[in-house]
Amino acid sequence: MNNIPKINRLKPLRHLAWGALAIVVAASAGHLAWRTLYPSTEPARVVVTGEALIKSQFSLIDHTGQRVSELDYRDRWQLVFFGFTYCPDICPTTLSYVANILDLLGGDADHVAPLFITVDPARDTQEVMAEYVSVFHPQLIGLTGTEAEVASAAQSFRVFFEKRTDETAPDGYLMAHSGYIYLMTPDGKYEAIFLEGRETPETVAEQIQLRIEKENRS
Amino acid sequence: MKPFLVVLALALLPGIALANDAIQISAAWARASILPSRPGAAYLTLQSDQGDRLLDVTSPIAKTIMIHQVLQSDGVSRMLHLPTLDLQPGQALAMAPGHLHLMMLGLTEKLVEGTEFPLVLQFENAGEVSVNVSVLGIAALGPAEVDQ
Repeated sequence: MNNIPKINRLKPLRHLAWGALAIVVAASAGHLAWRTLYPSTEPARVVVTGEALIKSQFSLIDHTGQRVSELDYRDRWQLVFFGFTYCPDICPTTLSYVANILDLLGGDADHVAPLFITVDPARDTQEVMAEYVSVFHPQLIGLTGTEAEVASAAQSFRVFFEKRTDETAPDGYLMAHSGYIYLMTPDGKYEAIFLEGRETPETVAEQIQLRIEKENRS
Repeated sequence: MKPFLVVLALALLPGIALANDAIQISAAWARASILPSRPGAAYLTLQSDQGDRLLDVTSPIAKTIMIHQVLQSDGVSRMLHLPTLDLQPGQALAMAPGHLHLMMLGLTEKLVEGTEFPLVLQFENAGEVSVNVSVLGIAALGPAEVDQ
């Protein structure tokens, strides 16, 4: 019994170590395979995609019929949000929220370009947008375009939207989109993000006012 | 026999009254609509002492009315069409913007602030119940008494 070499007595320990390593390797490989086979189906979080990636870049038609791009609002802070006029519940709530913010800004609202971009350009024509935005606030700007132009604008803001077929819906489809409101600097860079129901209109107005004042000082 | 029938009828009366009171509908309001071709949204607060199920909603001014639940995840809102709506006994179910609403499609007229329109609700137990809905402003979040 005492003749058993020392090395052999360590054998169970070695097996254990190799076993543990094998488990770790297998688990990692399994996890990797799982992530590859079943990628997360949750919509991408805007905060994760990176703030620097969000920029204001678009070519659309405003509600007065003019072709516009982000350069047309260069001297102003842009307050940008997406929606559509077939939405009777959420969108009017967001539009009145933005109208509230503009009222709270008072004279400072002249330094802000509030841009409402439709994700449903097939139904939200320039005429529809004109009638719609005027009800909420005289300064509100409605933007529409071709499907491709709207998709490209949404892409530049990293805004998620989808058109889902639903036989019970009018025209056979329903839209879903993210309700974030983006504050962009006068040169079209990302500054802040707001959400109706998360920040009060007073908070947003104050946040914008602080930035306008800071800019005026410098 | 006759006195017995009278007593029976009297005994049934509260029962009939109870059936009419089985559903309490309050804070019935809708948002004014901007374009007549666009859907409208109406909101109600429903309560049933015994529990009930809302099966159908109709109105002479709309082609179709759907019960919509808003689902939110990561700032993305989706509308979920509910075929029916269950009322738990004694528990008020309050519809509100951004949560639960009646989506009114194919409106025959624009919903004008200050006007009213009828809704007919079909319940599993309580049967048909009519309610008048007040049209509030486009930016309204609820009747004044709810806001305060």
